Amino acid sequence: MNPSLPPTPGIPVEERAPRWRRDTGSATQLPTPCVSVEVCDLHKSFYAQEVLKGINLKIAPGEIFAIMGPSGSGKSVLLKHIIGLLQPDSGDVLIQGDSIASPGIRDKYRMAMVFQSAALLTSLNVAENVGIYLAEHRLCPPAEIARIVTAQLEAVGLKGVEDRMPNELSGGMQKRVAIARALIIDPQLILFDEPTSELDPLMAVLVGGEILKLKSLTQATSIVVTHDRDLAFGIADRVAMIIAGEILFVGTPDEFQRHPDPRIHNFVDAHLPAPRSSSKSTDSNTSNL
Amino acid sequence: MFQNIGEIIVLFWRTLQLLPLAWRQRRKVFDQLFEIGNGSLLMVCILALFIGGVVALQTGPPLAERGLSYILGGMVGLSMCKELAPVMLAILIAGRSGSAMSAEIGSMRVYEEIDALRTMNIDPVAYLVLPRMLAIAVALPALVLFAIPVGWLGGAVVSTVNHQIAVSFDVFFQDLREVVDMGDVLNGVFKSFVFALAIGIISCHQGLITRGGPRGIGRSVTKAVVNSIVCILILDYFLTRFLLYFQK
Repeated sequence: MNPSLPPTPGIPVEERAPRWRRDTGSATQLPTPCVSVEVCDLHKSFYAQEVLKGINLKIAPGEIFAIMGPSGSGKSVLLKHIIGLLQPDSGDVLIQGDSIASPGIRDKYRMAMVFQSAALLTSLNVAENVGIYLAEHRLCPPAEIARIVTAQLEAVGLKGVEDRMPNELSGGMQKRVAIARALIIDPQLILFDEPTSELDPLMAVLVGGEILKLKSLTQATSIVVTHDRDLAFGIADRVAMIIAGEILFVGTPDEFQRHPDPRIHNFVDAHLPAPRSSSKSTDSNTSNL
Repeated sequence: MFQNIGEIIVLFWRTLQLLPLAWRQRRKVFDQLFEIGNGSLLMVCILALFIGGVVALQTGPPLAERGLSYILGGMVGLSMCKELAPVMLAILIAGRSGSAMSAEIGSMRVYEEIDALRTMNIDPVAYLVLPRMLAIAVALPALVLFAIPVGWLGGAVVSTVNHQIAVSFDVFFQDLREVVDMGDVLNGVFKSFVFALAIGIISCHQGLITRGGPRGIGRSVTKAVVNSIVCILILDYFLTRFLLYFQK
């Protein structure tokens, strides 16, 4: 194993999978530990509805970039374009200068995505789900995969669930398994689509910590689509606000919170109305009597 | 329709290109083989037994009236191995396994599991389509090979038991041996191999293009089964013409 490789979070160096080029099977180390992402004038329509209206973004290598915005504003569609799951009508996404549509891009850069729905393979158990990347690309022998999977699951707070099927887990546990599956790739670029939805506050903090740890250890570039203001402001280097398919703002969390645009203010300051206090209601009930 | 046909041809070509990866997918191939082959065995047995019996029952009495009952063995034998076993079993497998394939892949498509595979640089065609195609291409001809003698047995039993026909086992199988040769059996096996490829590729393609939620999955399953059956019957005609040409 190459000792110069940075360790995967939660997994001791001696237990992690070697970063082998899967196209050649040789032990060549990948050229860059993290990658830049550039979104150039991205347009996408579904039938008559224009979902992305010329998105331009530049994300630096190793940056944690949060994308916020109201539901239906095109955040997840943008994320799927960045990972190459959707083809744009026009424009391009460049990963370290290479178009995401160029052949062999996934062999060149390790990319992972944590889906909002977790997207675990329901016919496989948890261990098989987490180890599928290593197994399918034959990066490690089965015994080593089992060790790495156990360590990775423990790193996201799951112990002894290896043999359970995804439908036997809660939504939050499924999300953590999906995060473990993404982290095992040792990604240079990782995309999170609502990583803290369905998680309790403690687990949301743990996931935020994992994203930060990933940055400090592997320098991976992270793009996080989230509604969770605490998560975005807590971990992101920069935040983008997307409304109706257009980027409204890109800046640091501080700049974001100080921005004068009322649409951003409304988003940042949105709170449920405070509940009426119990003493007040008791008083009113008493007075009615 | 033409877009679908084009996509099916492209998918089939991509699957052929991935054949060198077959050994790596052997565990999934064996799982699918067990599901298609072993899971269908009892149904195939019952179907073949009764098809053979019905053919004997329908053709036996008219032949016996004309004093031709001794050719019943050859008649049942030929119709079972060249036509009925491959076609009826292909229709059975299209309904049983083709629907399962399109439902499973369709649900993986709808619930983003295929997207997850793609983000991990795992080719969905190699991971999902190739093992199913290999399994059905082996399982259906094997089932037909098993069904042919079972069908003969069904015909022989009915011929012996039915007093209007009254052809003994010996006479039935003697004529069958004289008329049916290995080429006729291979004829049926070849047909079933082509049917298997058609069922597999149509069902996998329908799964991969599934859109929407549970309703979309249901629609895909229906389309996969109906299109497979139509394709089987059309292919049957052309394959028969093709094989007759070679027989001459």
